[in-house]
Amino acid sequence: MQEIPETQTQSALIVRRLTKSYGAIKAIDNVSFRVAKGEILGFLGPNGAGKSTTMRIIAGLSQATSGTVDVCGISVALYPDKAKSHIGFMPENNPLPEDVRVLEYLRYRARLKGLDGRRLAERVDEVMDICQLRHKAARKIIGNLSKGFKQRVGIADAILAEPDLIIMDEPTIGLDPHQIIAIRELIKSLRGRMAVIISSHILPEIELVCDRAIIINQGCVVASGSPEALRREFLPMNRHKVSLKLQPDEFGKRLKNILPKADFSVDAELADADGYYRYTVKTPLEESAGEKLVREFSSTPECCLREVALDKPSLEEVFMAATRRSWEQVMKKPAKE
Amino acid sequence: MGRFKALLSHQIQLMFIAPSTYVAAFLFLSFMALMYLLCVEEISSSTTAISPMETFLSTFWVPVLFMVPLLTMRSLAEERRMGTLGALMSTPVSAWQIVLSKYLACYIFYILLWSLTLAYPLILFFSLPQAASDERIFSWPQMFTGYSFIFASGAMYVAIGIFSSSLTRSTLVAGMLSFCILFLAIVGVGMMMKLAPETESAWGTYMAGAADYLQPFRQLEDFSASIFDTRPFFLYFSATVLLFAITSLITEAKS
Repeated sequence: MQEIPETQTQSALIVRRLTKSYGAIKAIDNVSFRVAKGEILGFLGPNGAGKSTTMRIIAGLSQATSGTVDVCGISVALYPDKAKSHIGFMPENNPLPEDVRVLEYLRYRARLKGLDGRRLAERVDEVMDICQLRHKAARKIIGNLSKGFKQRVGIADAILAEPDLIIMDEPTIGLDPHQIIAIRELIKSLRGRMAVIISSHILPEIELVCDRAIIINQGCVVASGSPEALRREFLPMNRHKVSLKLQPDEFGKRLKNILPKADFSVDAELADADGYYRYTVKTPLEESAGEKLVREFSSTPECCLREVALDKPSLEEVFMAATRRSWEQVMKKPAKE
Repeated sequence: MGRFKALLSHQIQLMFIAPSTYVAAFLFLSFMALMYLLCVEEISSSTTAISPMETFLSTFWVPVLFMVPLLTMRSLAEERRMGTLGALMSTPVSAWQIVLSKYLACYIFYILLWSLTLAYPLILFFSLPQAASDERIFSWPQMFTGYSFIFASGAMYVAIGIFSSSLTRSTLVAGMLSFCILFLAIVGVGMMMKLAPETESAWGTYMAGAADYLQPFRQLEDFSASIFDTRPFFLYFSATVLLFAITSLITEAKS
C-alpha cells in the first residue's frame, strides 16, 4: 500500500483508506492514493474492479463506508458543495441532454458552476475553442452530434470552471482512431494546469497520456507508479526480439555461451519465406543483452542477423501481471486461514 | 441563489421544448373549453342559480388525471434514464434544489394552463354580449375561491407527479404511477367511503369525518360557494412539503 505523505499543499487529491461496502460485499477496500496538481493519472482495472465506484465517491456522488477524500484540502464528505466546485466530472458514457444546443448547455453548466457575467461568456468561448466546438458545433443540438463531438462537449463541460481536478470515466470509449487522437491531444494539453484522473480500458491510451497509473483489482490498489516503474516491478526483465537465419537448437547453444541467465522462445516454429527465424530473448534487468547479442551473431556472416530490438513490455502485460498477482494473493488467503 | 435560478430557467426552457408539454396543453385546453361550453349550455336552459364556473370547476379532476402525469413524468425519470442526473449532482447543487426547480417548472406551467381557462368567460362575454348582464357568468368571489382551490390542490398533485417520476427510470411507468396515485388521492377516498359499511361507533364516526375532510370534492363545494376555508390549504401545503422532502431524499440516494 502506498503511504501518503502528510504534506497536502501540492496535492489536488488525497484518498485515504477508502472503503465502500454493499452489505457484505466490499466494492472497494482500503484504497489510498494521491494526485499531484497538474498530474495526469491513469486509473486501470478490469470490469467490476471498483474504478467507477472510487470515481463516484471522489466526485461526491456516492458516500464511502469509511475513509476520506480531500480535494485541494477540502473534505468531499464534509463540504460536498465546496469540494465539487474544484472538480470537473465526466461520467461514464458521457450523459448529455439530447434536445439542447451546445452553446446553451455550456452556458447553463457554467452558471451551475458559479460563473456569471463576462467571465461566463469568456470561459464558454475559451472551452469551445480548446475543444474545437465553436465553429462546427456551437449552435447544433447535442442529440444530432457525432459521438466524438459529444465527447468534446463532455470534456468542455468538465474543464469549464477551471477545476483543480478533472475526473474522466472512459473518455475515449466508442471513438474512432482520429477522434481518440484528438481527445488524447486535448487531455495532454491540460497537463500542468489541472490534475486529471482518467479511467480507461484502452491501456496504450493510458500509457501515451498519463504520468502515472494506478491498477485496481478486486477493490484494492495492486500497483501504482509510472509505466516504467510498473514495468520494473511486475516484469523485471529485458526482452529483445532477434531475427536471424539460425535454427533454434543452435541459437540456444550460442545464447547460453554469451548470456547464461537468458531464456528464449521461438515466435514461429518454422522460418519465414526468406529463411529467417524470430526469437524473443528474456534477460535479467541488470544485464545489457542487446550489445552482446549484436556482437555474437553479427560476427558470423551465415547467421545473417537482420534485427535485434529491445521490446518493452506493454502496459497491458504489466496490467495482466499485476492483476494475476492480486488474484493469486486472493486465492492464497483462504488456504492460509 | 444564482445556481437555483439557472436550474429553474433551464427546467422551464426544457418544459417549453418538450412535445409532451404541448400535448398536455392541447388536450387540457380543448377538454376544458368543451366542458365550459356544455356548462354554459346547461345553465342557459335552466333557471338555477348555479354559475357555469361552479359546474366547470367541479370537473377539475378529469384533466388533472392526464395533464399532471404528462407534465411531470419526464422530470426525474428521464434524467435518471439518460444518466444526466449524476452529471447534475456532480456540480455544486443539492438534490433539493434540483427537485424544487423541476417541481416549480411544472407547477408554473400547471398554473399557466389553468389561468388560460379564465379566458373562457371573457370569450363568452365578447361573443354573446346579451349574456354579459347575467350575474352568473362573472361571479368574481366564486372564481377567486374556486381557482384558489385549483392552485392549492394542484401544488400537491404536481408534487405527486414529481414523486412518481423519482421512483423509476421509465417515463411511461412514472406516468402510470402518477395517474394511479392521483386517482386514489382524488377519487379513491370518496369511493372508499361509499363502499365502507356504515358504523355508529366513535372510531367509525371519527374516521368518516377525517375521510370526508380529505375529499377534494367536498372542499371544492365550499370553495365554489365562495367559502374560503384555510384547512385544505394546510393539508395541501403539508402534503406537498412531505412529498418534496421524500422526493429529494430519493433523488439523492439514486443519483
